[in-house]
Amino acid sequence: MRVKLIDCQGLRMGYAAATDIPCPDFSVAPEDFLCVVGPNGSGKSTLIKTLAGLMPPRMGTLTVAEGLHGGGIGYLPQRSPLQDDFPATVREVVRTGCQSLRGLRPFYTRAEKNLAERALVRFGLKDLARRPYRALSGGQRQRVLLARALCVPRRLLLLDEPTTGLDQTAVAAFYAGLRSLRETGLAIVMATHELAAARPLASHVLRLGEHAAFSRVEALP
Amino acid sequence: MIDELLRYLAYPFVRYALAAGVLIALSAALLGVPLVLRRLSFIGDGLSHVAFGAMAVAGVLNFAGNLTVSLLLTIACSIVLALTGRASQTKGDAALAMLSVGAMAAGYMLMNLFPTSSNVSGDVCTTLFGSTTILTLTSGELWSCVALSVAVIVFQALTYHRSFEFAFDEDFARASGGGVTAFNLLSAGVVAVVIVVSMRLVGTLLVSALLVFPAVSALRVCRSYLAVTLCAAVLAVVGVLAGMLAAIVAGTPVGATVVMVNLAVFAVCYAIGKLRG
Repeated sequence: MRVKLIDCQGLRMGYAAATDIPCPDFSVAPEDFLCVVGPNGSGKSTLIKTLAGLMPPRMGTLTVAEGLHGGGIGYLPQRSPLQDDFPATVREVVRTGCQSLRGLRPFYTRAEKNLAERALVRFGLKDLARRPYRALSGGQRQRVLLARALCVPRRLLLLDEPTTGLDQTAVAAFYAGLRSLRETGLAIVMATHELAAARPLASHVLRLGEHAAFSRVEALP
Repeated sequence: MIDELLRYLAYPFVRYALAAGVLIALSAALLGVPLVLRRLSFIGDGLSHVAFGAMAVAGVLNFAGNLTVSLLLTIACSIVLALTGRASQTKGDAALAMLSVGAMAAGYMLMNLFPTSSNVSGDVCTTLFGSTTILTLTSGELWSCVALSVAVIVFQALTYHRSFEFAFDEDFARASGGGVTAFNLLSAGVVAVVIVVSMRLVGTLLVSALLVFPAVSALRVCRSYLAVTLCAAVLAVVGVLAGMLAAIVAGTPVGATVVMVNLAVFAVCYAIGKLRG
């Protein structure tokens, strides 16, 4: 019996009655790398948002390990067009990753600022710290968002189509980064429309839409 | 000209009015930065129309605390808008348009049906475009404006990080916990306060200028959130001081002059931004 971070049984999800997306039963354990695949509109983002606690499941049970929703999850949302001209330095963006620690306190403590500084170093962003986020390349931005998601120690990382719009080199670099993260024991759930590129990393695959299924990656053809 | 300015500044009520103007513009500009970045400038505009209706209602009821009634009504509308806007994002836009036009019509109707003075069109004009001179503000109004502006500025300082995180990435903020909905409603209330207070200075139709111009100008020249916030604050203070002093000396309407100065500041910032590339 493996320890489970997340366990879904009979889950149906969506915003309103108009969207009702069934999801195969699945679970996520530490060190798992689950790829969520399926065509556009099959509910990949909806699943990631449901796991992140942004929307309640419509039906079924979503069991989450204790403490996971209280800051145990690192989240990398889908790219937002608002950020394309947002004035913020790399350091300012990475620091927002500490907001779950800060809670209702108005300002960051020295310790929280240090966490952000260490994340900058760990993700090779030290030299970019004072650069504006909007001036970075797509690959660099994803590295910043990853540093933000992981500047506080996490047990689960949720990624929503993180490689969309990146060129081949940037995708390869991003996946190399994920590989080394997984070695630290972090569980990863990633929505993607390109299973081929992510397959060498994956341990499990959850297919949504037609032929919805959850399986180990070795069991796939 | 300098002599004339000094003569005016010798009057304490002129100095008080200037101080109030600075505080009002500062609070509006600080609030404007996250509002503009979240693409919500139109909320400020819609709410200012609501505030016109609220003002008319308060006038008809003829309460001593005129400000309190319009404040409460506007806060209520703002919170209702924040609640419904989340539930139906596409309809939110049309709902706001209906609400603001409805409030304008109802306000004008009320002011005509129950005139509080013999000069209805003068009253309407003052509400829409601000007093022709700041000197018509009573000291009670002045002090309540000062108190509310200071409260808003303190709120902005305490929620500086929260506003940034929320504007930059709402989903991430939500996933990190931290009462996003509560903050949303609180902000809606604060926007309403700023609008009702700023209305005294520049009038209903020009309120959005105080919210939007300093932020948009700062966005042209600054690249970090902290810099944008500080720059917007400085531009707001410079703009309102220059505008009010010019209005006093030239005898032009205060609201319109302040807005014109802000427009000029924006033009300069735009040019600087373009030159830097």
